[in-house]
Amino acid sequence: MQSSATHFEFKPFNVARWVIWGLFAIILLLAPKAFSSNFSVSMLTQMGAVMIVCLSYNMLLGQGGMLSFGHAVYTGLGAYIAMHTLNAASNGVLPVPVSLIPLVGGIGGMFFAVLFGYVTTRKSGTTFAMITLGISELVFAMSLMFSGFFGGEAGISGNRVFGTPFLGITFGPPIQVYYLTAAYTFVCVALMYAFTRTPLGRILNAVRDNPERVEFIGYNTQHVRYIAFIIAGFFAGIAGGIGALNFEIVTAEVVGAARSGAYLLFTFLGGATFFFGPIIGAILLVLAFVLLSEFTKAWLLYLGLVFLFMVMFAPGGISSLIMMNLRLAAFGRLRHIWVAYIGLGLTALLGLAGVAAIVEMVYHLQLNAAMGPEVRFAGFTLNTELSHTWFGCLMLVVTGFGLFELARRQYLHDWGESQEFIEKEVKRREEAL
Amino acid sequence: MNALELKNLHKSFGKTQIIRGIDLAVTKGERVAIIGPNGAGKSTLFNLISGRFAPTSGEIWLGTHRIDGKQPFEINRLGLSRSFQITNIFPKLSVFENLRCAVLWSLGYKYTFFKFLADLDDANDLAEQYMERIRLGKKRDVLAMNLTYAEQRALEIGITIAGGAEVILLDEPTAGMSKSETLRFIQLIRQVTEGKTLLTVEHDMGVVFGLADKIAVVVYGEVIAFDTPEAVRSNPKVQEAYLGSAQAH
Repeated sequence: MQSSATHFEFKPFNVARWVIWGLFAIILLLAPKAFSSNFSVSMLTQMGAVMIVCLSYNMLLGQGGMLSFGHAVYTGLGAYIAMHTLNAASNGVLPVPVSLIPLVGGIGGMFFAVLFGYVTTRKSGTTFAMITLGISELVFAMSLMFSGFFGGEAGISGNRVFGTPFLGITFGPPIQVYYLTAAYTFVCVALMYAFTRTPLGRILNAVRDNPERVEFIGYNTQHVRYIAFIIAGFFAGIAGGIGALNFEIVTAEVVGAARSGAYLLFTFLGGATFFFGPIIGAILLVLAFVLLSEFTKAWLLYLGLVFLFMVMFAPGGISSLIMMNLRLAAFGRLRHIWVAYIGLGLTALLGLAGVAAIVEMVYHLQLNAAMGPEVRFAGFTLNTELSHTWFGCLMLVVTGFGLFELARRQYLHDWGESQEFIEKEVKRREEAL
Repeated sequence: MNALELKNLHKSFGKTQIIRGIDLAVTKGERVAIIGPNGAGKSTLFNLISGRFAPTSGEIWLGTHRIDGKQPFEINRLGLSRSFQITNIFPKLSVFENLRCAVLWSLGYKYTFFKFLADLDDANDLAEQYMERIRLGKKRDVLAMNLTYAEQRALEIGITIAGGAEVILLDEPTAGMSKSETLRFIQLIRQVTEGKTLLTVEHDMGVVFGLADKIAVVVYGEVIAFDTPEAVRSNPKVQEAYLGSAQAH
């Protein structure tokens, strides 16, 4: 069989793949060694959970072309189911070990995906997006109506330490929860990657590209979307269950539209076109929500700006930027362009520093004016009462972005040259075949 | 035994009648070309047969199955496949992936998500075979959107036949091609549809008379002649309604 030797996936031992998955496992194992405070371990746990959510969301967005505005419904409801199960278990009503609570959350998420997905996945495109938005609002409204299940404003809390410890594992210390999360994260990421290489995974791509044609090669696109939606709901629910264990409290905001929006935004930011994009997005999400929000009150504004620029200039997200530059590197062209990158970076930094200084001063005037006219910003003290300060910042913005524009032109020129080179090279190699 | 039979088929959009009572029986293995002036209802006819639209009235039989009003995927599963006049492929998938998607259902893989594509030897071999047959072997891993127009048209045909359907509908397969491309393409269509029942809408008269065993002439939603190319050519009604005006171009 000569033909089977040409299957590009048919590699008995794919070294690169083993290396990548091995590295992923090692990073998961060693991360708490590098960041060992309880606070950072809790953050790492959140990252693991959000990775699962964003990847499951990308099953819809990147792989299936389904723009959902309500993915938090499935993580959130999964979290509630997990929390109620945890409470039942700690009261001795249900014999469920703590280590399986995330799985219970997954089943919960899947259950609601079966229920709501039946309606949402009947349609695609804008209609799909609108229905998911509707369901998201519906569930959030219900959280105020059914306070028995949702726990009202206080939410539902629980205790993950109960019963006799197994092999000394109580799940009391955050580090133990982290390793449970890491195990779930690794398995879920591997399973979701595997999904992209199955018949359904590929047909889902076809449905994204051209749903009409899929109907003419024997597939019911509604079924394809529905099954994918259920699978995505399952993984989302697992992440919800992890969140419930990590925080030991679940409040109604976990099903809210803001949470759904965050998943959408950061999946997009990480990049929906490559499998690993949402992993980057998830890390950024946790960093932004936990760290950036500590640094500045204006963090949502910065987030909005980043998202805006990303959509305009790099719609493929960070992962596509990485892949584009890896391609450049593979053809040995990166050394022709790195100077331009430094130029872009420095000038952007200059302009952004100016913008950020102005934003911080405005926020200070609005929120903290009573604390005096001075703001600390990036090691400098800015006085909001002096017109110099404002003028200086404005100059910084103008100069920064002026130079940035020049750097950008140079960069585009270099980039175009490199692309031309690569295209010629590809053609040459093709002809050499 | 008729592979495909239309009985008193009607289709209206609002008050406009597009198909006005078509009867047509195509026997197994026959190659039928459907010709007619623009707006005669040829594409609508294909859309009715393939399930894109439901007919207003009348019956469509695919072998022993009545298929009018069924969904496109149901009709496809019963063994009828179609191509499109405007190229309709999966642009962000490679040539090989396009074809592999097209063979999956017929091999019974359905909505499987507990098997790896790489392990499906039958699907992979079949996709490779079709890729060679449409002569895109060298473009295996090229994304469909990066193919040339003629290559995309070939892929369109490839996706259509790869599911192994016995009845093939090709909607203007050579639309937009140059004369020499068309000739080569007709050869290709002949080869890949060997032994199948073929219906094709075609504008190019040279193509029609070269490819078809029989010609159906559709004018204003009705079949005014259905016969061998020679008989159709000498049919006065056809000459008046269609060929005459076509030759005047």
